[in-house]
Amino acid sequence: MVRLITHNLLACHVKNCNANNFPLEFQNVQLEIREAEFNPEFVKGFLPKIEWKALVDTARQLGDTSLPNEQPEMLDDDFLKNLHHVLLEIHVEEGSMVCPNCKHEYPISSGIPNMLLAEHEIA
Amino acid sequence: MIPTPDLSHLSTKDYDLVYEPAEDTFLLLDGLEADLDALKAAEPRICLEIGSGSGCVSAFLSKILGPSSAVYICTDINPHANKATRGTGRQNQVELDPVNAVFALPLQQRLRGSVDVVLFNPPYVPTSFEEAQMSQNQGNIGGAWAGGWDGMEVTNKFLEQVEELLSPQGRFYLVALKQNNVPEIRQRMEDIFKLHSEVVIERRAGREYLYIIRFTR
Ligand SMILES: C[S@@+](CC[C@H](N)C(=O)[O-])C[C@H]1O[C@@H](n2cnc3c(N)ncnc32)[C@H](O)[C@@H]1O
Ligand SMILES: [Zn+2]
Repeated sequence: MVRLITHNLLACHVKNCNANNFPLEFQNVQLEIREAEFNPEFVKGFLPKIEWKALVDTARQLGDTSLPNEQPEMLDDDFLKNLHHVLLEIHVEEGSMVCPNCKHEYPISSGIPNMLLAEHEIA
Repeated sequence: MIPTPDLSHLSTKDYDLVYEPAEDTFLLLDGLEADLDALKAAEPRICLEIGSGSGCVSAFLSKILGPSSAVYICTDINPHANKATRGTGRQNQVELDPVNAVFALPLQQRLRGSVDVVLFNPPYVPTSFEEAQMSQNQGNIGGAWAGGWDGMEVTNKFLEQVEELLSPQGRFYLVALKQNNVPEIRQRMEDIFKLHSEVVIERRAGREYLYIIRFTR
């Protein structure tokens, strides 16, 4: 499953594609929601690693509008629960991810993203 | 004793395509268990396994650290291994996030300086260069062991990349064979990347003499 937490960490790595190569854009996705145990300490601890705009835009594109444009200063439980849901409970099972720069398409099948490149595309 | 993850969902047919946990796998589990207190104290948030195969090691790590306290990203070049990893997570009530990739290449940019625990039980068996090269390109079961002439051709590539991934308190656990020249590996990582290391555990298993090395900043 490509969860949004993983998606927020993946960038295009085609040779010479090193600007505007993140976030990859989901296309033709099939989603699955699977409950995960809520651990506020984890969500808070992970927060500094998140590329916020990429996460919010991607969540909205997938139909989840629960996250604010800016990271709030007060981390209340409601916010952390929404963030938990977006990061860990939305699974992209099928579809693909397309690089905004070079348009390389990374397919997702049975929840597994294929990030392999052909020899000539490798840096 | 922490129990080994439940792998009963995998059959001998799966092990035609995916590396079956063996002495090297179990030595890595023992090494992690020996380091348990220090691992827990560091409160890892991002764990990354390169070449997760069946997913046995990451499932174990997730069990001992707590499934909800970190994210467990697992790469492998073999798509059957990615599937097995996902299945092993679910069989053990933990969520592993498999990615079909060479090392951590698509994650390298975003995970710079962020990974708290890196695990790699690499293809370490000395083989011909061609065999290693072919297995790497095809992502097949041969990629589980074929390591090129000194068994280090695949591992060496990752050794160039791992320092960049580690967080300030990050730890990197590597499985190595005696023939891989463990003192040389350790010296090189110290000289080039200033990574300190220790042998956590070592053991003879049949014809192989195996080590678990832990690297830290
Ligand atoms: C010795 S097996 C270890 C499997 C499992 N981690 C274990 O300990 O049982 C090595 C694994 O690394 C994978 N592998 C080999 N080269 C790789 C590479 N360049 N990047 C990612 N995975 C690789 C193989 O497909 C195989 O699953
Ligand atoms: Zn690109």
